[in-house]
Amino acid sequence: MTTTRLSLSGISCAGCVSSVETALNDVEGVVTANVNFAEHSATIEGDVPVAALLDAVSNAGYGAAELRGIADEGEKEAAEMAHYRTLLRKAAVAAAIGAPLFVLGMSGMLPGLASNDGRLFWLIVGALTLGVLVYSGGHFFTGAWKSARNHNANMDTLIALGTGTAWFFSMVIIALPEWVPPSAQHAYFEAAAIIIALINLGSALEMRARGKTSEAIKRLIGLQPKTARVIRNGIEMDVAIDEVGLDDTLRVRPGERIAVDGDIIEGHSSVDESMLTGEPIPVQKQQGDKVVAGTINKLGTFLFRARRIGKDTALAQIIEMVRAAQSSKPAIGRLADKVSSIFVPTVLIIAVLTFLAWFNFGPSGQAWTLAIVTTMTVLIIACPCALGLATPISIMVGVGKAAEFGTLIRNGDALQQAGRLDTLILDKTGTVTEGKPSVTELVSAGDWKQDELLRWAASIEQGSEHPLAEAILDAASDRQLSLLDAEGFTAIAGRGVMASVEGRRVLLGNRQLMLENDVDTGVVEEVASAFMRKAQTPVFVAVAGDMAGVIGIADAIKADSKAAIRRLQDLGLKVVLLTGDNQATAEAVAQQVGIDQVFADVLPQDKAAKVASLQQQGERVGMVGDGINDAPALARADVGFAIGTGTDVAIESADITLMRGSLHGVPDAINISRQTVRNIKQNLFGAFIYNSLGIPVAAGLLFPIIGILLNPMIAGGAMAMSSLTVVSNANRLRFYKPGEES
Amino acid sequence: MNVLFVNLAGAALIAFIVWWFWLSRPKAQRVRENVVEILVEAGTYTPPRIEVEAGKEVTLRFLRKDASPCAEKVIFESLGINADLPLNTPTDVVITPVEAGEIPFSCQMQMYRGSLVATNESPPE
Repeated sequence: MTTTRLSLSGISCAGCVSSVETALNDVEGVVTANVNFAEHSATIEGDVPVAALLDAVSNAGYGAAELRGIADEGEKEAAEMAHYRTLLRKAAVAAAIGAPLFVLGMSGMLPGLASNDGRLFWLIVGALTLGVLVYSGGHFFTGAWKSARNHNANMDTLIALGTGTAWFFSMVIIALPEWVPPSAQHAYFEAAAIIIALINLGSALEMRARGKTSEAIKRLIGLQPKTARVIRNGIEMDVAIDEVGLDDTLRVRPGERIAVDGDIIEGHSSVDESMLTGEPIPVQKQQGDKVVAGTINKLGTFLFRARRIGKDTALAQIIEMVRAAQSSKPAIGRLADKVSSIFVPTVLIIAVLTFLAWFNFGPSGQAWTLAIVTTMTVLIIACPCALGLATPISIMVGVGKAAEFGTLIRNGDALQQAGRLDTLILDKTGTVTEGKPSVTELVSAGDWKQDELLRWAASIEQGSEHPLAEAILDAASDRQLSLLDAEGFTAIAGRGVMASVEGRRVLLGNRQLMLENDVDTGVVEEVASAFMRKAQTPVFVAVAGDMAGVIGIADAIKADSKAAIRRLQDLGLKVVLLTGDNQATAEAVAQQVGIDQVFADVLPQDKAAKVASLQQQGERVGMVGDGINDAPALARADVGFAIGTGTDVAIESADITLMRGSLHGVPDAINISRQTVRNIKQNLFGAFIYNSLGIPVAAGLLFPIIGILLNPMIAGGAMAMSSLTVVSNANRLRFYKPGEES
Repeated sequence: MNVLFVNLAGAALIAFIVWWFWLSRPKAQRVRENVVEILVEAGTYTPPRIEVEAGKEVTLRFLRKDASPCAEKVIFESLGINADLPLNTPTDVVITPVEAGEIPFSCQMQMYRGSLVATNESPPE
């Protein structure tokens, strides 16, 4: 039975407690539901989907969220450490038996099988080796048996069969020597023990190396504080993070990490969000601003109200997204998956064929020995793990590394595609520019005074949410102009707005809007052209059909856009600027940042079509935009990059989310993608080559040609090393630094 | 005689490997409950094949007993679902198979493998 804990909001009296308890108890599958009024939480027993419980509370008129913190990595690490020690102990025990046998055997100090004393000695050795197989290798045999019962075969199958064959054949020689030709009477107990030792040692080392591959996620999890300072009924107390409820008031003191997401209700401070966004400069926060879990308060003290807790916080969502991406596989890894799924039975068949080949065609007197040794070596050298690990382990490190510098990659396919892009379309506003336009120049026409022009323009923009409207309203506010009432406000997408002020029809927008409404723009045309040459957007204002003036609005280019675009071009990408602005303004901006190709005058709904048109020309197109207005274009692109989202990660349309505002995040993401895919290719190449060369050599292919036969113990060592090599190669990605070109 | 016997035994072994691992499948365990417990241990999911009714939500409760990192994730690639499996902690994966068919799941390296078989028949009461 499952226990679910919910944090409740809106609970103010005992009646509420009863209502929520009734609502929860009515959900099918709930065994018991208890509401704790003091903690504003509910504990529910029963196998019920959490969504059904949340719906029930919501339908009863209250708010609820699941109380579930981020998984405790400490416990996981302790379990892994215990497993690591066990593997080392098993390796040591196996080596303690195998190594002396190997050394004494090589120096010819062990008795032969011909005498009774010799056979007794080998019988004791056989019993000791059996102990090794049970203690140090028992898990391989159990795994092999259980898998086989389920019609499955894995690495355990190969190891168990390889070492089991060695032990069994050796025992047959001792017990029934007459069954085997004298030339083949050699016991392989030392091989079985040493192989078990080497594979256990390899697994332990691999486990250590794999621990490093998840460092990024551990670092993210480490950002979550364990306790929070909550104020309840006027009393401040430290509580465990799981006990923070929705709408709780929390105090954050200087230097403390913020525990959950919320809104500041009192005080102000600067907050270091670099650990999540990669943005190095602390962000000023005041009443009404949002704060997120895991970030660090600098010098001030403030109170905030908990709005998102447990797995709903931005930090928890980032962790979840990174985890999900780390488990996904790009197309490049699917071939390896197909091979892995048929690998072990194929190796079993090769092993049987190897035995038969040597048995039938081996040199006289050596056929049995060669058949046994080669079969054992084939089983031991084949390594499905290296193949299976090749892709996921690199994805794990690459995606984690990207997250460290504020780049969230949604899945393996996005990662693979990002490295293969030909063209990158940059949305101008908010991507190349700051996204905060401001009025830079005002030129009035006819009898209009500048302040009057601005007052009328601002008056009709009161109802607009367009960034340019905000710039005009800010300018009017700076000049302390009182606004007039506007009626009949209408926004025309891609054109502008219109409304009536004092009974006169006011038009505000681009030249197209004026032309479509028969307004003569001739008197301000020269000024408008001059604005555009200076990368300003001219906004025409007409009152009662006559031109009243033109307002120049500019959006400052981000300080590092030019350098980032240069990096993208150096990476071999064609960079295109996309904007709803007019051609002249767009070209002026493009020129300043070093972009050659411009798509101007593009209506918001046509952005996706522009992406599609480039794709139809056979190009792989990436689109960088703000993730909200550009959602269709981001979704249409081969890879959509949502930029400057801060800690708001709930952007479904983006394949890659750049939490910091700098455009440098794009070349960084492309670089890490290229490096990760290169790393995967190295791993896959290594794993395929290892198996496709190792298995024929183990089968004795070189013996008839140059007389070389692989020792099964060397095969065991090679097998243990192969997956360790793959993990170590993937770990190299951890050393990537943003700004480094691949 | 010996040679013939060994060769025949070898051929039979190959035939058995092909049949057992590729042509034959483990019997699916039909479940009526909406929660199925799956043990993750010793290189195998137990039960490895689970038969459920299509269109009905089912909770697969994985309990990982194997400390090896190979077992730490379960991936339903066709559904885009993956879950971390903490050691000795039940982890639920909720799935509603929309239509009849087989949904394979595995560890990252395809060594642990299982499948959810959705059928249009209601399991017997």
